[in-house]
Amino acid sequence: MIARFPDRRFAGRVARHAILILTAAFALLPFVWMVSLSLKPPEEIFQADFHLWPTAFHGVENYRVALTAAPMFRFLLNGLLVCTAIFALQLLVCIPCAYALAKLRFRGRDTLFSAVLVGLLLPPQALAIPHFVLLNVFGLLDSYAALILPWVISTFGIFLLRQFFRSIPDEIIHAARLDGLGEFEIIWRIMIPMTTPALAAFGIFSIVAHWNDLFWPLIAVRSAEISTPALGILLFRDDEAGQFLGPLMAGAVIIVAPLLVAFLIAQRRFIDGLAVTTMK
Amino acid sequence: MTTLDQDRERRVDAKTSFAKRSGEHGLGWLAVSPALLLLIGLLFGPAAAVVLFSLTDWQLGSFTFHFIGVANFRALFTDPTFWKALTNTLVYAGIVVPGTVLLGLVVALLIEASPGLRGFYRAAHFLPVMSTMSAMAIVWGTMLHPTIGLVNRALGAVGISGVNWLRDERTALLALALIGIWQGLGFAMVLFVSGLKAVPQQLYDAAAIDGADGVLDRLRFVTLPMLGPVTMFVVILTAKRSFEVFDSVRVLTQGGPNYASEVLLHRLYTESFDFLRMGYGAALTVIYLAIIVLLTLTQARLLERRVHYS
Repeated sequence: MIARFPDRRFAGRVARHAILILTAAFALLPFVWMVSLSLKPPEEIFQADFHLWPTAFHGVENYRVALTAAPMFRFLLNGLLVCTAIFALQLLVCIPCAYALAKLRFRGRDTLFSAVLVGLLLPPQALAIPHFVLLNVFGLLDSYAALILPWVISTFGIFLLRQFFRSIPDEIIHAARLDGLGEFEIIWRIMIPMTTPALAAFGIFSIVAHWNDLFWPLIAVRSAEISTPALGILLFRDDEAGQFLGPLMAGAVIIVAPLLVAFLIAQRRFIDGLAVTTMK
Repeated sequence: MTTLDQDRERRVDAKTSFAKRSGEHGLGWLAVSPALLLLIGLLFGPAAAVVLFSLTDWQLGSFTFHFIGVANFRALFTDPTFWKALTNTLVYAGIVVPGTVLLGLVVALLIEASPGLRGFYRAAHFLPVMSTMSAMAIVWGTMLHPTIGLVNRALGAVGISGVNWLRDERTALLALALIGIWQGLGFAMVLFVSGLKAVPQQLYDAAAIDGADGVLDRLRFVTLPMLGPVTMFVVILTAKRSFEVFDSVRVLTQGGPNYASEVLLHRLYTESFDFLRMGYGAALTVIYLAIIVLLTLTQARLLERRVHYS
């Protein structure tokens, strides 16, 4: 039908690309701008005419300042440490609970599941005051523990994993029990391998959220040594060296790059992971 | 559950030995106990504490406090900055929600329309979703800079003199909303794409038989009606995220100038952790909590309905 109007079809394709290039430019412009500025000397940033590529390449100098004036690698390492610890502890707490909710019969199970659902309603920001007070009482503020502990319980993780565990047929578990497997082995050797996509999705959700989080680190942490990336770049900006835009943009590139590179390597995983976790 | 069902269940239960059943009971509790303790200690306990705090005049660092009833809430409702923050948040959501949903829908439709460069477009639009907001907010700050910023340079090139976007009372919130759309667009796009993939091909075939075979006809009679539930879902999700806006505000305007870009969550942060007025901050938190819970319940309702459709 459409083939009768080849012109119109061609025009449609051109229009599609025209609009998408425009919106993609909107999405990508800040990244291009950030990288461009991170390669320029100060006088070129402030001069009247603008070139995307610097006339005097100042990239090495800018990145050197960013890496030496602020503990950039420390921020990244802290991010890695905090995100890994949070996710590992979340799994340690969520998996047995989700398994019991999905596959074991015990009194109070439905009540507990309702409690998990109610827990899903609570936005973490609303618990910031009591978490802060609690950590203050135990003298844990401004430590890795402060960054990690409030996130150890994830009702979302419990809910998500329970849904996936339920989809595994009971027969498999019965057969495993007949073969003499204990519950721990059933979780370790059957449930976890069979739900890797769900675990990966939860992992991506959790790591992206905590790598990028600013609200909680801002409350819980003061010293640069344990700052996570999102907070670290702010500390750098308010620092003396951060007053210069070149190094500041270089710092932003360093902070943003790890997740973006990971995303570009495993695009489908990330997109599906983040989409699945909101739809479930 | 009827008695008959319960009887049957009891009989089924009786078949499994007592030892095994009590074993499963014990195991079940053993497996959930860490989660249960943490649920109480880190979620429900604190949630109750927030409500309790909101009824006191406690300030961080002081050792005494008094129950003052709803005085915090009364103070809140007569505080012009609270109303300013609430209206600003609503205005922000009022710009970001339609902007994100419409752009996300258009981009998703165009991306799915034909395979050319599909992968590139999808990745490009999704990149902001992944990026650390505090760092990208700093970048946006330089783009919106009155003299060296990209925006005013571009406007200057066509003869328009731009304003100081983030320092001007008329434009600060608008600039933040633009950043909000920039970050949320990719996520809306992805949700719409998954919605589009779920539209059955038979519907398009049926529509073609009925004479609706033009692109716009297909869009109007098949695609958009079928996307209804996803659209509602994206609307609620974006609204929820709009109410959670904090990073860009904190990094770029801190609610200024003159409270022109003050929003709920930033107000909450400032009262509680800059001024350390925990009681007042807790009252604000209770209001904030109520709004988010309402939105989340609506979202869950919609998801449930969508499940029934499919």
